[in-house]
Amino acid sequence: MGIIEVRNLTKVFNNEIRAVDGINLKIKKGEIFGFLGPNGAGKTTTINMLCTLMKPTSGGAIVCNYDIIKHSLEVRKCIGLVFQDASLDDRLTARENLELHSRLYGVQKSERRKRIDEVLELVELSARADSIVRTFSGGMQRRLEIARGLIHYPKVLFLDEPTLGLDPQTRKHVWDYILKLKKEYKITIMMTTHYMEEADELCDRVAIIDHGKIIALDTPKKLKDNLGGDTIILDIPDDDVEKARKVFKKAKIFDSQVLLSVKNAGREIKKVLEKAKKNKIYVIEANIRKPTLNDVFLHLTGREIREGAASLRDELKRRRGMRGH
Amino acid sequence: MRELEAVYTVWLREMIRYYRAKERILASLAMPIFWLFIFGSGIRAPVFGGQVDYTSFIAPGVIVMALMFTSMHSGISVIWDRELGFMKEMLVAPVSRISIVIGKSLGGATTALIQGTIIFLLIFGIQNLYSEYFSGVRINISTFLIVLPLMVLISLGIVGIGISIASLLDTLEGFGLIMNFIVMPMFFLSGALFPINNLPEWIRVVTYIDPITYAVESLRFIMIGFSSINFVLSFSVIFVFTFSTILIANYLFNRRS
Repeated sequence: MGIIEVRNLTKVFNNEIRAVDGINLKIKKGEIFGFLGPNGAGKTTTINMLCTLMKPTSGGAIVCNYDIIKHSLEVRKCIGLVFQDASLDDRLTARENLELHSRLYGVQKSERRKRIDEVLELVELSARADSIVRTFSGGMQRRLEIARGLIHYPKVLFLDEPTLGLDPQTRKHVWDYILKLKKEYKITIMMTTHYMEEADELCDRVAIIDHGKIIALDTPKKLKDNLGGDTIILDIPDDDVEKARKVFKKAKIFDSQVLLSVKNAGREIKKVLEKAKKNKIYVIEANIRKPTLNDVFLHLTGREIREGAASLRDELKRRRGMRGH
Repeated sequence: MRELEAVYTVWLREMIRYYRAKERILASLAMPIFWLFIFGSGIRAPVFGGQVDYTSFIAPGVIVMALMFTSMHSGISVIWDRELGFMKEMLVAPVSRISIVIGKSLGGATTALIQGTIIFLLIFGIQNLYSEYFSGVRINISTFLIVLPLMVLISLGIVGIGISIASLLDTLEGFGLIMNFIVMPMFFLSGALFPINNLPEWIRVVTYIDPITYAVESLRFIMIGFSSINFVLSFSVIFVFTFSTILIANYLFNRRS
């Protein structure tokens, strides 16, 4: 039996918005399970229901062998939660925040100090234990929240967008902690994210969620393998789009980008370019891309996972820009 | 036991925050002190047929004012907790909502009690230094020992209003509005600053509906020995008032989350 079992979990807001639409899941003990989807897909709503902060409209779930509706107190005892947005008392010190948390979770007095020191060490904040949280950077606050979620030794840790708004360096840091948790504490982690790299890097299995429904569920590797290899992306002038449609019949064309799925892009790019040249399609730029979970999402929904990135071209430009630094 | 620990934890947090925000202590003392001295010295008319001077008359009212401001603050703090996210941390903890409400209420009442006591001691000090001020206030240990539980009761009642309002509102801006349109009129109508017997009939009706009236009157009876309303009555009203606002606060807080 899984440590989390979700059956037909549904949440309807205002009688019409189906934020979570009949989700079924089984999460194994000790696994890092990722919930991947664009903003507003229903990830946080699902987490809120599993953490008993919100009542499902229908369906239910079992967390640590307890029903989330009937035994919400028991569920809350065995889970840890790191919220999407800040939830620390910023007027208190790091230690005081942890102290309050361990009291609320009934950690024995004799245990408290030891555990507080232990989790502070884990997230490398021991030196700042007695500083007021207000003076912490965003990354430090996030780390402190992760530490706090661990004090009562939860069996399941929910991480809602654990690296949202963090700079790439700090994000990497947080990833390391998450992997360390799995290794040292054998804790089961369910995390939501809309960063594909994050899910790819950390998660044993990933559920891709869109409009409140799970549209794919597997290991990141299998999800990507299902796409059937690499992608060759050709940037072409708008005038040549029609021509390209005729020449590359199997390709997907978004705006003025031609996406070709191939087994091995390195080998086949030459052939593709020659074909373009022969048919007088001007290629501004050619790119090769190994499949990412974003491509999986794109393949399944025809949309980008990140609402902000309007087109693939923007996304690529952004990436090139980042590489240059 | 677990729930008691939770109540204590929520209370403890309020205390640490109160201790950290020293400017808050000063800010909420400033208003009552201005009233006592500027208003009190300006209007030195004798009250209750010349038996009590005006500064003594408003002393209990000003203590209630301090209690009101501080207690309402705990309502604001519920909204703050929500906006800063700490509320979620408390709600997801394996403790009942009632413990959170009680902890918050006791925290608010304790801070109010500290503020009230400071003003009480201030009045005592001034009376010793300048005998023309607060000459009618009977200040001794036994008065203080009766005033203390009264202050707790009154503060809890107002905290109840604060938390109820906070549970109905979404933003801090809305709270400012409530302060101006509900809390201030409640204070002015309470007979804290003038004897209710002097009021025209139609205002007096409103005065009798205002629970703060009974808070002021009961304190006044204990502190200066005169009051317009019978002490047993005012005490009973305050008791019922506090009991019901806490119940309502608990209900609204639960419904909200």
